[in-house]
Amino acid sequence: MQQGLYEIIENTALADSVMRMRLQGDTSAITAPGQFVNIRLNGLFLRRPISVCDIEADVLTIIYKVVGRGTAQIRACLPGQTLDLLTGLGNGYDLSCAGDAPLLLGGGVGVPPMYLLARRLREAGKQVLVVLGFNTASEVFYEDEFRRLGCAVMIATADGSYGKKGFVTDALPESYSHFYACGPEPMLRAVCRATKTSGQLSFERRMGCGFGACMGCSCKTLTGNKRICKEGPVMRKEEILWED
Amino acid sequence: MGRLSVDLCGIELDNPVIPASGTFGYGYEFAEYYDINLLGTFSFKGTTREARFGNATPRIAEAPSGLLNAVGLQNPGVDKVISEELPRLQRVFRKPVMANVSGFSVEEYVEVCRRLDSQEQIGWLEVNISCPNVHGGGMSFGTDPRQAAAVTKAVKAVTKKPVIMKLSPNVTDITVIAKACEDAGADAVSLINTLLSMRIDLKTRKPLLANKTGGLSGPAVFPLAVRMVYQVAKAVSIPVVGLGGVSSAEDVIEMMLAGATAVEVGAANLVEPCACREIIEQLPAVMDQYHINTLREIIGGTN
Repeated sequence: MQQGLYEIIENTALADSVMRMRLQGDTSAITAPGQFVNIRLNGLFLRRPISVCDIEADVLTIIYKVVGRGTAQIRACLPGQTLDLLTGLGNGYDLSCAGDAPLLLGGGVGVPPMYLLARRLREAGKQVLVVLGFNTASEVFYEDEFRRLGCAVMIATADGSYGKKGFVTDALPESYSHFYACGPEPMLRAVCRATKTSGQLSFERRMGCGFGACMGCSCKTLTGNKRICKEGPVMRKEEILWED
Repeated sequence: MGRLSVDLCGIELDNPVIPASGTFGYGYEFAEYYDINLLGTFSFKGTTREARFGNATPRIAEAPSGLLNAVGLQNPGVDKVISEELPRLQRVFRKPVMANVSGFSVEEYVEVCRRLDSQEQIGWLEVNISCPNVHGGGMSFGTDPRQAAAVTKAVKAVTKKPVIMKLSPNVTDITVIAKACEDAGADAVSLINTLLSMRIDLKTRKPLLANKTGGLSGPAVFPLAVRMVYQVAKAVSIPVVGLGGVSSAEDVIEMMLAGATAVEVGAANLVEPCACREIIEQLPAVMDQYHINTLREIIGGTN
C-alpha cells in the first residue's frame, strides 16, 4: 500500500460512458493484476476505488464507467492535473495456478483488470483465452488490445449487436486449465455454475477506506469473514458463499 | 512532559491524538503507512463477547462532508481479540492501548471488561453505550441515564483500569447521561459517537444502506461535537475525550478549548491513512501560531 500524487496524462472516451485514464507516478506498490487504486476527489468525502487495467514503468492505466458523482468527476479531470491515489490495494489474481491455457472472463467494467492479467500470462508463455461480455456493440472496448497481446478473443453482447448473442457463459471455450473472472455479481455466479475448472473471481462492494480499516465491505466466505478490499477483491471459486 | 502531552486518567499520553474505534482496526493496516507509536494511543475495534459479522452490505454510504456507516460491530469476539489480535498488535504498538467494548446486556459488558482487565497492554476501557447500528443493545444503554449508570457501575466493579464511557449524541440532553455515568463511577466520558442518519437512492427509491439507517461521522458533525463536548465538560468534573469529525491540528485545539482532555480522530483515518500523523506533526506549528505553550493549559479554555 502506498499513497501518492499522480499526474493525469490522458483521459479519453473508449466507448459509451467508458473512459480510459492514464496517470504518471510511482507504480511500485502495485504487485498483482486485479488490485485497485482508491482516488481522492474534491468535494467528495470517500475515495473512489477503481481497478488497475495496466501498469508500464511509471504509467498507470485505469478504465472506468461513469455511473455516479465520483466517476463523473473523474471524467471531468484534465491532463496535467494531479490526483491523490492509494495504490497497491487488494490481493489481486494468483498467476501460479493458471495452467497452460487459462480462460479470462470480463463483463463490462470487469474487463479492465483482465488486461494486465492477460499481459502477465502471455509474458509467462501461456495460451490465453479471453471472453468479454458487454450489453451492446457501442459499449465494446479493448477487443483489439487483447488480440495484440496474442490472446484468442471472443465477444458476447447481451443484445446480439456484436459478436455472439448472450453472456460470457454463452461463449465459453471447450477446454481451459483455470479461469479468472471479473464482472457484475450475477455474471460471476453464472460463471461459477458454467465452469468445470478451479477459478478466481473478483468482487465489488461499496467501500469505506479500501485498505482494511473500516470493515465496511466485509463478506462471508466458506473460509471465514473477508474484507473485499483487503483479503479480496479476488476470491477462489471454492470459497465463495453465495447469499440468496 | 512535552508540549503536546496530556494526562488521561493517570496515564500520560505523548500527545492527545487517538484514532477512534472502528476506524483503525487493530492498527496493522496503518502501521503499513507510518509508525503508529507516534500516536497518543488508539482505540481498537469494538469488542463483544461473541464474534460478530455485523450488518448486511452495503453498509457504507457517502454524505456531504462525511459518511454513513452501518457496520454493526464486526469483530472476532473477546476470546480471539485476546488470543490473536492483542499479541499481533503488540508487535506494532508499544504503548498502552484503549480497548473499546460493546454489549447487548449489562452481563455481556461486564464479562468482556473482566476478560480484558487482565490484559497488560490495555490502558483504558472505553465502553461503547452508543452504537446506533445494532438492535437490542448498543445505543439503548446510552440514551437512558439509568441504564448508562447501570452499565458504568457494573463495569467499574470488575476492572481496575480507567473506564471511559462513550456517549451517544442521539439524545435530547447529553449532559444528563454524562452526569449519570460520572455519578456511577466513570473515570471519563468520550463523545460523540455517530449520529443516526439515513440516505435514499433516487433511482431505486431504496435506502442506500441495507440496514436502512447508519451513523453519520466526518467533518459534517464537528460543530455539533464541539458543542456537546463544551456542554459536557461544563457539567462534569471527570475528563472528557472529544471526538466527531476532527481532521486537523486546528480541530484538535478547538476540541480541547471546548473542554476535551484528549481528542479522537475517526472518519479522517479512512480517507487519509496518515491523517493522525499529519495532525501530530502540525500541532506544534499551529500552537505557535495561536501562542499556545502547552496543550494541557488550553483544556476547557474557551473564553
